[in-house]
Amino acid sequence: MQFPSRRRKNNINPQTELYGHALQFYGQPPLENISLSEFETFAVDRLKLLKTIENLGVSYVKLSEQYAKKLETEFKNLNFPYRPDADDRKIQSGPSEYEKRRKDHISHFILRLAYCQTEDLRRWFIQQEVDLFRYRFNDLPPKHKLEFLHRNNLQYDTISVEEKKTLLDKLVNSSYAVSGITVEDQDFYKVPFQDALDLVRTRKVYLKAGYVYIPHQDIVTIVLNDFRTRLSKALALTARSLPAVHSDERLQPLLNHLSHAYVGQDYSIQKNVGKISLEQIDSLSGKSFPLCMRQLHQNLRESHHLRHGGRMQYGLFLKGIGLSLEQALQFWRSEFIRGKVDADKFDKAYAYGIRHMFGKEGKRADYTPYSCMKVILSNPPSQGDHHGCPFRHSDPELLKQKLQFYKVSPSGISQILELVKGMHYQLACQKYFELTHNIEEASFSLNHPNQYFIESQRVLGGGKDIKREMDTPQRSQDNAVAKGSGAAREAAANAPQGLAEMTEDLDSFFQDA
Amino acid sequence: MPSSDYDSACLPDLLPLYYRRLFPFSQYYRWLNYGGVQKNYFQNREFSFTLKDDIYVRYQSFSTQNELEKEMQKVNPYKIDIGAIYSHRPNQHNTVKSGTFQALEKELVFDIDMTDYDDVRSCCSAADICSKCWTLMTIAIRILDRALRDDFGFQHLLWVYSGRRGVHCWVCDEAARKLSVAARSAVAEYLSLIKGGEEMVKKVVLMDPIHPFIRESLNVVEHYFPRYALQDQDILGRKESVDKVLALVPEDILFTMHVEKMCSDGGHEGTAKKGQYFEKEIMLQYCYPRLDVNVSKGVNHLLKSPFSVHPKTGRISVPMDLKELDTFDPFAVPTISLICEELDRPRTGEEEEKSEEEKPEDVKEKENEKDTAERRKIRDFKRTSLAKYVKYFDQFLDGMAGSRKGDLLRKSDLQKEF
Repeated sequence: MQFPSRRRKNNINPQTELYGHALQFYGQPPLENISLSEFETFAVDRLKLLKTIENLGVSYVKLSEQYAKKLETEFKNLNFPYRPDADDRKIQSGPSEYEKRRKDHISHFILRLAYCQTEDLRRWFIQQEVDLFRYRFNDLPPKHKLEFLHRNNLQYDTISVEEKKTLLDKLVNSSYAVSGITVEDQDFYKVPFQDALDLVRTRKVYLKAGYVYIPHQDIVTIVLNDFRTRLSKALALTARSLPAVHSDERLQPLLNHLSHAYVGQDYSIQKNVGKISLEQIDSLSGKSFPLCMRQLHQNLRESHHLRHGGRMQYGLFLKGIGLSLEQALQFWRSEFIRGKVDADKFDKAYAYGIRHMFGKEGKRADYTPYSCMKVILSNPPSQGDHHGCPFRHSDPELLKQKLQFYKVSPSGISQILELVKGMHYQLACQKYFELTHNIEEASFSLNHPNQYFIESQRVLGGGKDIKREMDTPQRSQDNAVAKGSGAAREAAANAPQGLAEMTEDLDSFFQDA
Repeated sequence: MPSSDYDSACLPDLLPLYYRRLFPFSQYYRWLNYGGVQKNYFQNREFSFTLKDDIYVRYQSFSTQNELEKEMQKVNPYKIDIGAIYSHRPNQHNTVKSGTFQALEKELVFDIDMTDYDDVRSCCSAADICSKCWTLMTIAIRILDRALRDDFGFQHLLWVYSGRRGVHCWVCDEAARKLSVAARSAVAEYLSLIKGGEEMVKKVVLMDPIHPFIRESLNVVEHYFPRYALQDQDILGRKESVDKVLALVPEDILFTMHVEKMCSDGGHEGTAKKGQYFEKEIMLQYCYPRLDVNVSKGVNHLLKSPFSVHPKTGRISVPMDLKELDTFDPFAVPTISLICEELDRPRTGEEEEKSEEEKPEDVKEKENEKDTAERRKIRDFKRTSLAKYVKYFDQFLDGMAGSRKGDLLRKSDLQKEF
């Protein structure tokens, strides 16, 4: 039996030349001084990059050709380093490779400040940075990959030639990418399974006695895991030093704005509490609910019950459209009582959960309704469940039948199914919106079930101006703050104006995204 | 084997007897203390009790075995759940600064529930089970046990019958107890092959190459399939269930089969690339274990304790000896009424052990009394049907103790090298 020797990553290995490699683990923070405007530009550019990564990740398979192409364009536009070799040969106008790497370094650390504050922000930031890293690491030529590994002291044991022979069949059958030749030619590393969770989770690797056997070519997943863990720890540390940062008035408005921009609306602040009555829900579900919620509502009415996943997804959605806690309790109670649950049992077993959703129990977290991203990517439904995204989680045949039942035209259905086939689930839902509301093209980019509801109500209510009112007050508020704090500074005279413009740009960027 | 008729109305009378004379407290403590290697391991463990009238209390914790015993004998819980080991004593969690009270470690657990198989069994549904569908549990245990040992390298697995419609697995290795949420979820997903909820018809899709884990699992499934599915469940016996099976066969294969049947051509090959493994997929969809990933993921997730009573059936959640897996009969598991009744039966051929020589001091006399009381307790469950399960539990605990000893020796050997 081997000892669980935790190899220490020597991050203290200082890079002898700064930015000697295109890619880095961001172990050391930047130590230089920079101007406020550079601070802002760098941060905003990186945020745009990460937002692009998020969007591409939902619409395309990660690392597929389309994904890579689109991302590369974005890199070029925003001046981030991507292909070191190609650059060296050409004479380029614009920033040099060194400058791009410097921007990469600094912008990462700035965003850490903005995104370390809450669990949700951290999770989002880590996810996008990991995806970014994955793309860039994959893009490295093999020689550079090795160099990177050695610079960062990733050492695992390789297995002997005899062991490779014995395990040949198993190794070849464990991964689509591993052939007999791969086994012969490449080194195979034996890595404790806890360090290669992504490979274990997807069963893309041979696992024996707690160790995974990875060919050199796949070492990227290990590296990613490492990156993720380090970043997670670093963010936790950063959060602790945040008060000091926030006391600097020049930075606070920008950092706040950056962290709100990522999600836009999260529908956590209930704007219309009590405006919806319970009697309206049935008809609303047919007219203004997205398919996922319509499905959940229907199943609830039919079987007078929903499992936990469904209760969470639907319950939070209802909260988002404006149901109060009292209404919610009444709603669920009256439905469950029609089923196998008596009033007593409901109060004991289910009421607690509903109050929990509204932040009245436990750690009193006011849970936010799930975004499309969350519904599509986490907690997939299993036996007995009706939650999830119908475009993602339903059998295509069943989906078709359902759409027919809901009177979507045959041509509309085939358009939707095409989108589903291409894994564009949110676009498919958007198409469903367009077809059921009889409009040519939706004026918004769907990313949240509650957004669907609001937009639907807007269309049905007489097509008011699409510009969202919520953003305008926020924007002018930011302007005021920026101008106010800038007035006192002599050094950054241009900054407040720039900041206002920049935040306007940022807003419009995210609206179009 | 007969079980006394169990009536849940008798629980208030039976539970005190059970907790006073039958519940194996010293083995239970031995388990959860894990050799006392880590400080406060037992003291920081969360227990939860379900009391009469569905009153549920969480964050129970105890300093010693004795405290646990006294409390359980006082409140006579209907159900006992075991949670995680926390950073502080759970019963003091309100005094801890918010955010610092955290779940640190727990066994890796799995919960297999027969209800999750309702779409593929015809003999029963919901909470019912019978000997025909119990094979599904046997298959699940064989597949998961092998994978957890051979693939993940875990050694100390405790399989427990839940008392009604399923089984639980407690992986007690030190490495398992220290796993993060992400790691637990990865393990559970590695072990999952059935994907899809109510809206999904075809729940298993296999693609080239077939991973060794799937091959091993298929070996188990294929071993049981003919008797279980074709005979006991009779899946090809009625049109309705034949249709269900056919729904899982790819269309082009059906077409080919149809054409070949028309031409009376024997033999066919699944040539379509995508559907080439449809036979295996069908077998897996009918037999492969269905895990609830959410149970396994959470470090703080509470799970029913071994030796807890199931209030609806009266059966004790007993550890299962896998050496006798194929003959395990859930309907032969002792109920609380049976074992309480067995307590009253006159002992056949057993002899009272002579009590120890009398010791003069009071203290020693007290100890003596305690000894005989302990011994009486040992004798008590020994003469009930519970005995063999406690014995097996002892063997399991011996195994873990042996491992701990081995680890210590190796560690000290290493140190000697310097």
